[in-house]
Amino acid sequence: MKLAYYPGCSLKGTSFEYEVSLLKILEALNIEIQEIPDWNCCGASAAHSLNHNLSVALPARNLAIAENNGFEEVLAPCAACSSRLKTAKYEMGSDDILKKKITDSLEMPYSNSLNISNMLEFLINVAGKEKIKSLVKKPLSGLKVASYYGCLLVRPPKVMKFDDPDRPVSMDELVALTGAVPVDYSYKTECCGAINSLSKPDVVMALTGKILYDIKEHGADLVVVACPLCHSNLDVRQREIERKYAERIGLPVLFITELLGLAFGFSPEELAIGGHMVTADKVLKKIS
Amino acid sequence: MARIGVFVCWCGSNIAGTVDVKRVAEEAAKIPGVVEAVDYKYMCSDPGQNTLRKMIKDKNLTGVVLAACSPHMHENTFRKAAVKEGLNPYFIEIANIREQVSWVHEDKEKATEKAIDLLKMMVEKVKKNKPIEDVRVPLTKKALVIGGGISGIQAALDIANGGVEVILVEKEPSIGGKMIQLDETFPTLDCSSCIMTPKMVEVYQHPNIKLYTYSELEEVSGYIGNFNVKIKKKARSIVEKDCTGCGDCWNICPMHKNVKSEFNVNLSERTAIYVPFPQAVPLIPVIDRSVCLHYKKGGKCQKCYDACGPKCINFDLQDEIIEEKVGAIVAATGYDLMENSLYGEYGYGQFKDVISGLQFERLLSASGPTEGVVKRPSDGKTPETIVFIQCVGSRDPEKGVPYCSKVCCMYTAKHAKLFAHKVHGSQSYVFYIDIRATSKGYEEFVRGTMENEGAIYLRGRVSKIYEDNGKLIVKGADTLSGNQVEIAADMVVLATGVIPKKGSDKMAQMLGISYDKYGFYTESHPKLRPAESSTAGIYLAGMAQGPRDIPESVVSGSAAASKILGLFSKSEYEVEGTIASVNKTTCVGCFYCRRVCAYSAISKEEIKDRNGNVLKVVANVNSGLCAGCGACVNACFSKSIDLKGYLDEQIFAEIKSLAV
Repeated sequence: MKLAYYPGCSLKGTSFEYEVSLLKILEALNIEIQEIPDWNCCGASAAHSLNHNLSVALPARNLAIAENNGFEEVLAPCAACSSRLKTAKYEMGSDDILKKKITDSLEMPYSNSLNISNMLEFLINVAGKEKIKSLVKKPLSGLKVASYYGCLLVRPPKVMKFDDPDRPVSMDELVALTGAVPVDYSYKTECCGAINSLSKPDVVMALTGKILYDIKEHGADLVVVACPLCHSNLDVRQREIERKYAERIGLPVLFITELLGLAFGFSPEELAIGGHMVTADKVLKKIS
Repeated sequence: MARIGVFVCWCGSNIAGTVDVKRVAEEAAKIPGVVEAVDYKYMCSDPGQNTLRKMIKDKNLTGVVLAACSPHMHENTFRKAAVKEGLNPYFIEIANIREQVSWVHEDKEKATEKAIDLLKMMVEKVKKNKPIEDVRVPLTKKALVIGGGISGIQAALDIANGGVEVILVEKEPSIGGKMIQLDETFPTLDCSSCIMTPKMVEVYQHPNIKLYTYSELEEVSGYIGNFNVKIKKKARSIVEKDCTGCGDCWNICPMHKNVKSEFNVNLSERTAIYVPFPQAVPLIPVIDRSVCLHYKKGGKCQKCYDACGPKCINFDLQDEIIEEKVGAIVAATGYDLMENSLYGEYGYGQFKDVISGLQFERLLSASGPTEGVVKRPSDGKTPETIVFIQCVGSRDPEKGVPYCSKVCCMYTAKHAKLFAHKVHGSQSYVFYIDIRATSKGYEEFVRGTMENEGAIYLRGRVSKIYEDNGKLIVKGADTLSGNQVEIAADMVVLATGVIPKKGSDKMAQMLGISYDKYGFYTESHPKLRPAESSTAGIYLAGMAQGPRDIPESVVSGSAAASKILGLFSKSEYEVEGTIASVNKTTCVGCFYCRRVCAYSAISKEEIKDRNGNVLKVVANVNSGLCAGCGACVNACFSKSIDLKGYLDEQIFAEIKSLAV
């Protein structure tokens, strides 16, 4: 099966660690992927706030290119990208008029048949838990890891059709495969504030702060995420939150691919873990 | 030779305003066979009917056509008038020039033309009419009530008190339904079991009522007045006549853990041999064979048998099928509550202190698992703050159902009130969409909860519930102030929506009655025949028809009973004669008609010669069941079925009248 890779802007920019670690673990899993040629922006939150047709057409173009290049499966590691791609597929699948309108504007044949996976779906459904488990060379025993899902990985359920929208477990399952202990806490799917980080940082600090302090209270050593924007809010804003609420947090935030990479035996450098704002050095000493 | 009288009704200005009634009458008089055509202001009035009767008599009419309102309105009125003059009632035909002409058209000229056409058609039809006799079917004067909740009990008692024998079938080991699980009832706060148990006992002791508990309806056949039913009496493993209800058996049963009590909605455990609650009627235990050690471990355990004084436990009892013949049936199968787990964001099942309204009833009840002391399930502490969430599933087309469950506004107000009475200094919050409190004393009751008990009502929905340090953090919107609210509660009570009893669709199919897309039974007419189902002889009561409260359920039980007593007051049941009839000479016995008949009215009939050899098998229409819909007539390949009153020749005559 030919696997297409849709990186989106984040994995080529602010979240380059996500791409680096992803490519590493795919190498270990012996899964080959190819970047969709000439891919464009997925539209993110901007397009669907402004123009509905555009918000479908932008991701549809990427899907159409992938389809015309003979791909059957698309991996979109960014939660927002996968959400946009899946939403476009869902909307065209349930509205023939929209599908025709969009396909006409693409000026290339498109059948809306690709399977799209977010990072968690890909790891569980495509790579497979058995295989991941078999590759764990360096179990992360003793490490307590909180999985933060945020909003788009499992919602809306009718589009995502993956995991439980209110009590997701897929990332915790992956954490358990590495030998680390998944930490249960209340705010797994609570909003981090998302793109309000740019316009209303106070809102983001209040929301993200609540999540981080709750994770801290439940005794986690670190947090894993599968979304660049979640990562940015939890990691980059952490210092500011500590200052605002005058209480230390000190929780490193890793991508799930980085955590798996560590368990597969890659070094933190190979996985670009040093790229984050909150240092993971202290925590990583626990497992080395 | 046909002698037809035509009457054109003005219906005040209803018809005369848009149709030139004089011209219609003049045109009608020209049709061959019409002896006289008149117009009149109100044909349905007494003078109008007298005109009709007088002309039938004076002109010796063989048929009558009225150009008037819909036959649904006054066909019967005019038929009765005709019968008084000795004319067969089926020689009255109506051309509907009100609903089909004057009310829907504006152009008087064209409307008049159309009225004339419709009238002509009916004149041609009535020329071909044949006398039809109404069908009479015998009545078995015994009723079956399905469901022993409050509406079923009310129906059974009313019928039985009217001197008619009743069979009451209840699926559970005791009658009482959902009402017996409730604590106090709105708006008067009288204790539910105090007002319910006397009725349950009355049912048990009533000489006219035969009670089958722990039994289910297995099969229904027949028709109004003549239903044959099979009831499966599930094996209780107890010889009922010997049991004294002493309780020695259930007190000694070793299976007292891990089996959740259905009656206490999983808030307590019950034994394998059990009565659902102490006031159960009948007070006879039942062995739950799916958990009983005797059945699971090959007969090793028989502690209850050893403890039983009258030795009435018999592990080998089998299910029994009981056959009964009844004349009428009441379907009062009740309701269920929606799955609370539908709302994952409220954490039902995940957080022990998020409970349903029915569970809260049990916590309030003196006979409940906490003996009426409000204690939360997680740690047994008395909660100080409770958040009540209304419309969990109701009025939510996305996740639940679009309809209103009707009782939740009231029972939530009751819950908040009783909580304030039981735990002084406590605080309730109620999230609501609208408050619907429309019956007698209801609005005052809800006001009282707000104003006297201090419950805080917040208009809006809850988005999510989290657990934080033993508290439930309820996040929601207060749409009146426009603020987001967060409440740290000790317990959350969900007002879960009402849905039809599981299996009500199967029951409806067995009974041959119609039901809506949710599974609620449909009334024959939503306003004017609310107690009747779509099938003659089967009546409806209680929540099986849709959400309703206790007084309404009682009223509906009584309504069904009064319909049945009315039906049984006659010696025979009369059915309209416009039913299908089979030409047995031409019928080839393909039984395609049987497949299209929605009323199961077609059976097979063997035609035999004088030696008893079967010559052929043909279709036979059961006149008690046939509703005269005509589906079989259209389906018949050999044109062997006719619908009386709508014969092919009559329909063709109508059509031909239009061909000028």
